[in-house]
Amino acid sequence: MRYLFRTQYRQDIALWRHNGDRFWYGLLAVLVLIAPLVLGEFYIGELGAVFIFAIAGVGLMLLVGYTGLISLGHAAFLGIGAYVNAVLLAQGVPFLVTLPAAGLFTALCGAAIGRPTLRMSGLYLAIATLAFGSIVGTVFQKWTAVTGGFDGFAVPTPTIFGIPVEGATGIYYVSLVVLAFVLCVSANLLRSPTGRAMVAIRDSEVSAQSMGIHLARYKTLAFAISAGMTGLAGALFAHYVRFLAPDAFDVLLSVQFVTIVFVGGLGSLRGAILGAMFVRLLPQFIAVVRDDLPFGIGRLPGLEPSLFGLVLVLVILFQPGGLNGMWLKFKAWFQAFPFKRQTGFRRQKSYAKSERLR
Amino acid sequence: MDDAARILQLIVNGAASGCIYGLIALGFVLIYKATEMVNFAQGDVMMIGGFIAFSLITQFHMPYWIGGLLAIIITAAFGYALDALIIRRVIGQPQFAVVMLTLGLGFIFRAAAGITWGYDSVGFNTPFTNKRANIGGLVLGQDNLSIIVGTVLLCGVLYLFFSKTRLGVAMQAASQNQLAAYYMGIPVRTIFSLIWAISAGVACLAGILLSPVSMIDVNMGFLGIKAFAAAVIGGFGSIPGSLIGGVIVGIVEQFAGYDLPAGFQEVTSNVVLLLMLLVRPQGLFAERTGKRV
Repeated sequence: MRYLFRTQYRQDIALWRHNGDRFWYGLLAVLVLIAPLVLGEFYIGELGAVFIFAIAGVGLMLLVGYTGLISLGHAAFLGIGAYVNAVLLAQGVPFLVTLPAAGLFTALCGAAIGRPTLRMSGLYLAIATLAFGSIVGTVFQKWTAVTGGFDGFAVPTPTIFGIPVEGATGIYYVSLVVLAFVLCVSANLLRSPTGRAMVAIRDSEVSAQSMGIHLARYKTLAFAISAGMTGLAGALFAHYVRFLAPDAFDVLLSVQFVTIVFVGGLGSLRGAILGAMFVRLLPQFIAVVRDDLPFGIGRLPGLEPSLFGLVLVLVILFQPGGLNGMWLKFKAWFQAFPFKRQTGFRRQKSYAKSERLR
Repeated sequence: MDDAARILQLIVNGAASGCIYGLIALGFVLIYKATEMVNFAQGDVMMIGGFIAFSLITQFHMPYWIGGLLAIIITAAFGYALDALIIRRVIGQPQFAVVMLTLGLGFIFRAAAGITWGYDSVGFNTPFTNKRANIGGLVLGQDNLSIIVGTVLLCGVLYLFFSKTRLGVAMQAASQNQLAAYYMGIPVRTIFSLIWAISAGVACLAGILLSPVSMIDVNMGFLGIKAFAAAVIGGFGSIPGSLIGGVIVGIVEQFAGYDLPAGFQEVTSNVVLLLMLLVRPQGLFAERTGKRV
């Protein structure tokens, strides 16, 4: 078992807790860098998609896991990012400009939708984003002059410094760089005063407010950052699918994003990546076992959404820590071996907290 | 048809569909007032209620009134069990956990209904199907009128229940202050489950009233999203507000369907919702609220 002796306050907010962290994450970085040399085209494509979902997952994790707000419209932000990127590219703007532009524009959209909503309780954000998602979906369909409507929109191949980003490997490396950037921003944000303010809002709005945190401003900021990161993911998503259809960005995709956050484990960046892996792998798994399931369950039309629903319900009821929590328990079992205690991870008894004046 | 008559026709149709939104919103509001949770599966509970009524009336050949009443009772029992077995377990967890839990349950209900009743639209014969009423020279569908009359009757019954009966007053007390209600000897947990039961029963009634106008199918639960607009306009804590909000949304939607090109009618309720949040986020009938530390 490792004991951490803290000799400086700075250690509390250090990015790496100890050299073990540096070693394992360094090894992981090397592995994902050399993966395209080893793995086949299909796996690299899938891994690239996992990275793209992980970028959106990290964005949503900042909102749900760290600020305690929920959005059911992140698919719309993914769509906005995708269309902004694709349309600008088609106009001849270089990729290195369109990618940040997609992120910034989506962040502005997020701020615009968050500003009026976030004065109210967090529930209103869930409802408003649900409505926003449906409106944006209709705009994609009807604004045929820009989006092409149901005819679709062919995404041009991007070039970086004259090198075309083509095929699964190109998207893989670009997504990896953006994911690393997003993770770096999030990890540093969370140890800055802004991130601390977000966590304080999550834990208790009243106490955060009495510490001088401007609730609406920080909530809007968190929502805008979250939307912006999802917009970046959307820009990459456009290149992953290569052909944009307006009905891809529906409520089901939003629910998938929230599933990433819940299954991965609320309040951990690692969880967002684990959750993205789960959400991308589940449909593949269904495709493999579809024909072997009893009673013809595999051929039900609504199988995939209902499985996502089932997983969400089970995680919330029985494993609130998600995959990250399972990993922490597993690690604690080994570290404490053979002194594992039954009560170590028992949930505290909790009571209904009211947000109303009675 | 002259213009005034057409406008009146649109208003009646809008009010009828608005009553359905209002009834679903009523379900949200009942639960929200009591437990500060929002049931995102309310529309799917309505779908299940509609399918149960379909089974009883068409497959078991019950008369409309008995089958409908029995369906409401069964759905109410379902709502009670839903709270007692599942929802109660997440009390004290953050609000968004309940949002996601009910959303996930909605997906499961949809799949379960698909397995049990199939994915085709169904309907059953009601005494109001395809009949017209002639009121002062104005011809209106009885199906639409039955929705409006049914909603008004239900509101009267609920009003009497909450103000006159012992159980209703206990429910009000539990909604206003859980702890004080406990001290007064009110079984708050059972009361909350009963509120879920009432909310599910109201949803089932909405499903039954809706069936002559539109068919029952698995995706009918998406009406719940429009009901959010009704609840937000009403202030999300006011029972008359949710019904008035529903009627507003319904009428706006009818006029949008008449005046705007096809495809935009579906989103008008969402646009109304966002506009409402911009202009008056606390709703038309806001409760005076504050925070207590």
